[in-house]
Amino acid sequence: MTTVDDTVMIQAAGLTKRYGDAVVVDDFNLSVQAGELVVLLGGSGSGKTTTLKMINRLIEPTAGCVRLDGVDTAELPPHELRRRIGYVFQRIGLFPHMTVGENVAVVPELLGWPPGRIAARVDELLNLVELDPTLRDRRPSELSGGQQQRVGVARGLAAEPRVMLLDEPFGALDPVTRERLQQSFLRIRTRLALTTVFVTHDMTEALTLADRIGVMHGGRLLQLGTPRDLLTRPADDYVDRLMSTPRRQAAVVEALVEETPRGTPS
Amino acid sequence: MTELLALLPSYLTAHLQLTLLALLLSTGLSVPLGIAATRIAWLEQPSLALAGIIQTVPSLALLAAMVPVLAALDLQSIGFLPAIVGLTLYGVLPVLRNTVTGIAGVDPALKEAARGVGMTSRQQLLRVELPLAMPVIVAGIRTATVWVVGIATLSTPVGATSLGNYIFSGLQTRNYAAILVGCVAAAGLALLLDGLVRAIEVGLVRRRRGRLVAALGSIALLYAYAGGTLAAPMFSDRERPIVVGAKSFTEQYILSAAIAGWVEHQTGRPTSLLQSLGSLVAFDAVDSGEVDVYVDYTGTIWANEMGRAQVRAGRAEMLEGVRDFLEAGHGMTLATTLGFENTYALTVRAADADRFGLRTIGDLANLAPRLAIGADVEFFARPEWPAVRDAYGLNFREERAMDASLMYQAAATEEVDVISAYTTDGRITAYDLLVLEDDRGAIPPYDAIVVAGARLARDAPDVLDALARLGGAIDAERMRAMNLRVDERGEDPATVAAAFVEDLAGGR
Ligand SMILES: Nc1ncnc2c1ncn2[C@@H]1O[C@H](COP(=O)(O)OP(=O)(O)OP(=O)(O)O)[C@@H](O)[C@H]1O
Ligand SMILES: [Mg+2]
Repeated sequence: MTTVDDTVMIQAAGLTKRYGDAVVVDDFNLSVQAGELVVLLGGSGSGKTTTLKMINRLIEPTAGCVRLDGVDTAELPPHELRRRIGYVFQRIGLFPHMTVGENVAVVPELLGWPPGRIAARVDELLNLVELDPTLRDRRPSELSGGQQQRVGVARGLAAEPRVMLLDEPFGALDPVTRERLQQSFLRIRTRLALTTVFVTHDMTEALTLADRIGVMHGGRLLQLGTPRDLLTRPADDYVDRLMSTPRRQAAVVEALVEETPRGTPS
Repeated sequence: MTELLALLPSYLTAHLQLTLLALLLSTGLSVPLGIAATRIAWLEQPSLALAGIIQTVPSLALLAAMVPVLAALDLQSIGFLPAIVGLTLYGVLPVLRNTVTGIAGVDPALKEAARGVGMTSRQQLLRVELPLAMPVIVAGIRTATVWVVGIATLSTPVGATSLGNYIFSGLQTRNYAAILVGCVAAAGLALLLDGLVRAIEVGLVRRRRGRLVAALGSIALLYAYAGGTLAAPMFSDRERPIVVGAKSFTEQYILSAAIAGWVEHQTGRPTSLLQSLGSLVAFDAVDSGEVDVYVDYTGTIWANEMGRAQVRAGRAEMLEGVRDFLEAGHGMTLATTLGFENTYALTVRAADADRFGLRTIGDLANLAPRLAIGADVEFFARPEWPAVRDAYGLNFREERAMDASLMYQAAATEEVDVISAYTTDGRITAYDLLVLEDDRGAIPPYDAIVVAGARLARDAPDVLDALARLGGAIDAERMRAMNLRVDERGEDPATVAAAFVEDLAGGR
């Protein structure tokens, strides 16, 4: 809770998405303070991606509205809105015909930055996401899944946005790298005072990163609160079960450790 | 062979001009249309369907169809333009289809990413969709390239010179070396252009600058060469040659060369040949001024141009009718009659004639149900056929249409029993065939006449005089002998024609 101030940076009000009869996101309300990191947590198909995409209008809401820094996003040209918001895709979506460097440089190019500044920024970002600068001239297809994800994060950060939307950005990383990048992302967002909505279905990641967590289920936001709130005062059974998973898992690990001496021939 | 290869530069250049321009136009049309079709939903189906329909029209027919279409629009209907329009239309489908499928096939996740990073719809197209669709679009251009190079050989009958000149005249005069040269040159050109397009693609995708520059440079050079040679005649102040036309059969090749040689000899004016024209195209070409003079036959003009197929007329009456029609109706001149008739004649093997006592067409009537008749591809659709059939009550077991150059052999090898031969064809004697007499006069007269366009009467009366001096110079016997030299002895029509001109010039 480092650099949060009182200004509301993202405000979603009554956000709803329907496909035919199916209600995919139902009356979603959320205010994110400037500099705050909110994690959206929930099972597969709970509507996290849809919600995130409605914030930068990749998906037009059926009802409701989003205000960004006080301005109704429906009033901005979509491409300008999106250049101001860093977005990291669940499916990564690197452009296969461009090099790693060019992928990272996409938004600064669109914004017309001078080449020198773009080159310096690309180096800086590769560094930040812990990618070897020699990868700069490779094609995305020549990278591992985890390396591609890091390029995706670098691309989202490239134009120094004040708002970041990240959709499971670390899904393909091994636990060790993942933890390191979570930590480095925390530093970045503090330094840049990023306002962040971060989607994951990994409890530990949510607990590590979040200022507040919103739990989604069946398109509805079941509960919104600090990690401590959710752990100590879950609003319902579903949240309770979800929040107790790390402890259940820890218990399993614990038990294994205890058991070991008995199973080992002496 | 050397005579053949001497023609290569001009045929290849003409072929290159047609192909390059048509490809430029069809790519320039199809890529934007394909892009539009992926943006404007209702456009996709109709444009692909239309291109598909164009594709199903046989290519020769498509090119031939351009002649009346352009004529109706009051545009140049013979020569370069109809060929270009036809070829361009033919090249549209592969490029259009591949542009549409290429863009539609771009991974939706990448399209969304392009939107998501803040590209405008134009930037999405230029920076993501087109580059990703490019291999597919280029594949379409390569298909179009190979097709258009091949189909451009069919431009010859609509009056545009191409490598097809080798093939058409080679097929008619049984000059297999000419056919081979034409095919090999076209295949070589197709491979070259395909290779260059491929090199551009590789250069772009793998970012090989050197290769890209080399390929683009070569293509630019080819375009510059084609454009330059195409434009050159416009700036040349050399006298426009007298253009002598020829339809696509041996006699016409010989006569056109003979007329050209004779005109040059008599008037000192330059001439050029435009050969292998479609039968109807030749008349239109003179009418529109693309061709100055050619040989036609009274019965052909009577039936095809004057629409009098059902009207019987005697020789003299028909000749005068045709003369009036040409002069009053079209400002053309009937310069002279050459002195022979080239008509259809029902012809049988001499041995059969002996055995069954055949002398006239009427003698066939009883035998016909047991016999097969062969004819060139148009005969059975021409008015002469029902006229003869009904006049003599003929009812053959089988009617087989085939290429005219094959039918004499078909008769000799007993594939068919009767053929509708041409009376001046030397192969009648060569294959020991016998012409049956048309004693009821069912087949109209086909006197060979020299038809001159309006330009000659206006600007070159000396040429008309020279043509008039050809009057009666060739009787049927002589024509048959000349045809035989080409068809059976493999001589070049130009050689035979040159001998004729020399003989005629020496004799006068
Ligand atoms: N275009 C669409 N048409 C119909 N249904 C859709 C469409 N897009 C998404 N859905 C449905 O909406 C629901 C929510 O999808 P969403 O992608 O937001 O889930 P998610 O929470 O991101 O899931 P995950 O964790 O698996 O990524 C799903 O049930 C999905 O099937
Ligand atoms: Mg999702």
